Amino acid sequence: MSNRVAIVGTFQSGCEREKRGRHITELVYETVSGLMKKLGMEMSQVDNIVSCSQDFLDGRTISNRTIPEAEGAYLKSEAKLAGDGSQAVFYGMIRILSGKYQNCLVLAHAKMSEGSQNVIANAMFDPIYQRALGLDEIIAAALQARAYMTRYKITPEQTAEAAAKALTSAARNKNVFRGKKISAKQVLASKMLSSPIHELEAFMPADGACALMLASEQQAFKWTKSPVWIAGAGSAIEQYYLGDRDLSSAAALKEAAKRAYKMAGIRHPEKEIDLVELSNYFSFQELMYPEALGLCAPGKGAALLASGKTMADGKLPVNPSGGVLGGNPLCVSGLTRVIEAADQINGEAGNIQVKKPVKIALAQGSYGPAGQSQCVLVLSGDAKVKAKVNSPVRKKGKK
Amino acid sequence: MARKAAIIAAGQTYHKSKRRDVNIVELIHEAVKACLEDAQMGPKDIDAVLIGNMEHFEGVYNPDLWAVDATGALMKHALKITTGGTTGASVAHAGYYHVASGLFDCVLCIGWEKQSDGDTTAGLIFQSDPLFERSNMAGAIGTFALAASEYMDRFGISEEQAAKVAVKNRGNAVNNPYAHLRRPVTVQDVLTSPPLAHPIKLLDMCPTSDGACAIIVASEEVARKKSPNKPAWFKALATRHDQPFNSDLPLLINMRTLQSAAKEAYKQAGITNPRKQFDVAEFYEPCTFAELSWYEALGFCELGGGGKLIDSGVTEMTGELPVNPSGGVISTNCIGATAMIRVAEAALQVMGKAGARQVDGVKTALATGFGGSFWTEITILEGN
Repeated sequence: MSNRVAIVGTFQSGCEREKRGRHITELVYETVSGLMKKLGMEMSQVDNIVSCSQDFLDGRTISNRTIPEAEGAYLKSEAKLAGDGSQAVFYGMIRILSGKYQNCLVLAHAKMSEGSQNVIANAMFDPIYQRALGLDEIIAAALQARAYMTRYKITPEQTAEAAAKALTSAARNKNVFRGKKISAKQVLASKMLSSPIHELEAFMPADGACALMLASEQQAFKWTKSPVWIAGAGSAIEQYYLGDRDLSSAAALKEAAKRAYKMAGIRHPEKEIDLVELSNYFSFQELMYPEALGLCAPGKGAALLASGKTMADGKLPVNPSGGVLGGNPLCVSGLTRVIEAADQINGEAGNIQVKKPVKIALAQGSYGPAGQSQCVLVLSGDAKVKAKVNSPVRKKGKK
Repeated sequence: MARKAAIIAAGQTYHKSKRRDVNIVELIHEAVKACLEDAQMGPKDIDAVLIGNMEHFEGVYNPDLWAVDATGALMKHALKITTGGTTGASVAHAGYYHVASGLFDCVLCIGWEKQSDGDTTAGLIFQSDPLFERSNMAGAIGTFALAASEYMDRFGISEEQAAKVAVKNRGNAVNNPYAHLRRPVTVQDVLTSPPLAHPIKLLDMCPTSDGACAIIVASEEVARKKSPNKPAWFKALATRHDQPFNSDLPLLINMRTLQSAAKEAYKQAGITNPRKQFDVAEFYEPCTFAELSWYEALGFCELGGGGKLIDSGVTEMTGELPVNPSGGVISTNCIGATAMIRVAEAALQVMGKAGARQVDGVKTALATGFGGSFWTEITILEGN
């Protein structure tokens, strides 16, 4: 029985626009065996597996049937979380807390180069009312960007600054492919995809995989001297029809953060959190999401960015990795945020390690049109992190 | 935390090959509503919503997002878990893990499929490797034809013995108002039904159905204080996945994953004599031959003894260990829901709420899930 769960090892095999020489199975094998080698762990020592992928992205019904040999799932308990990689970490944690398992291999993979992404994304919209409109993730995000920018009088230059920061940071990140030193002006000069979103402000389909190992309190120190504890976790989902939502704010993210903070005992996120890795599929989200996370007031995301506080050398670094804009595929992007946050806590982020000490880090993942489903994890390097689990959802007064 | 968890309510839709009266979210809502009514609960009582199906069957990507209004997941913790045929059981097991973790008290689990919106076999073919298996061993019929031939050859199992499974299960389905195919059949009907791929004939194989199923998994406190139903406690669960190439394993139909999962679950639940200790079992039997073989894999009889066991009547409604009182998968198969219906039917038996298909005095019930490349999810439920 474990009262808390730790990340004891992480591995990224690096994302590329197209991994033409790799089958999905090979991609996962490379990643899982990389993690095993790093941990000094045998497959027989892995209790169970949670993988994250999507049938539609892989063009494979039961997409986890492509990888049992690569993830070592022979005669093991495996489950596929078909959403975002951050949720796979949440589910892996839940499986360990249930008492049935002592560790859990969590991995995510996608090979988006093999499919036509806007056709796939269009299939996310209901076939009756919305699909025929030609909606995809970019158009949904553009509607959200427009609503957010109009409400808070955010300019295209300000969202372009967020993209420039992300891509410039990504240039130092060896696990992504899209980074380059670039200015907001250059971002604005890139092709308009769906107004107000320019090409360099939108995530790019990519191929990649990553993995981490979770372990119970009892087993964590067997695999590492410095476990990173999952101190808080929360998730929430909002309305499906874009017209039903107030797109100018991220309500589900706000709720997910509230739950994760409650579980982690965080009252003043802007003071207590040392570093944030968020899923900036689109540049404006790097302005909007810190507001929902309570790191600044609503509408002040652009001012927060302009203050320099969220730069890698700032007081509250946000996405020193560059985030999703640097080049992560769907599914993998949320798990990558968790890995980057954990690596920062352990000082293992290499080139992109921030200078300030990181004790508490936040990782956020999302999926669905305009970030409909959101997940927040609060990670802590502090061994004295609360030993008792607080439910992220249980109401006050209930035991 | 390792808390106890129980199924306190279940709901399912009426099943048909084409539910033209509802769309996907309405179909899901029908099961959710039935389940919440069974629990005498509203969406506000639910902490988390877990859902699964097989997306290529309907051609809707991330249908969980669309279904938010139908499931009541709005602003709740919601996950989509999909593992192929086993999906429904994977979601039910996830419900157990959620409650046992101590983080959630009341979890709504949903499995569904609306196969009439797409083409199941077309979708299913895409699970197989495009280079090695897609052209020859993709889909359920061909794979089971090969597996059943090997089984017949090795143990002298006859087509008549397999047909008896259809006769039994289709006969049981008459008692289940939710079942898709509710017309009894005879051995002769099965043997003379159109051949699909030798030795599998139309009536040996499961149908394609539209339908959904929902259950509520709750903590001990909720189960004891709030549930109007007798709780069906999770006594044991086990999952086994396996290598992806169906043609690689000898005696495929006897499922090493099922044997291995049963070993773990039996140990956990203290089952040493399954035939005596289980009062009822719900199998995910995609075809008649599979049910015979799985009697063996689950230790109801010795290897190769499945044919004799069906002959003996042990697994009839009136027998020592009734298998598939619901009519099983041969009578109803809405794939993403199918494995959850097994768990739900087992729970209903434990609760004493199975109506005309109720087996007397059920204390311990077994449910199996089948999917992927012969993967298994086993659930053992127990009454108070």
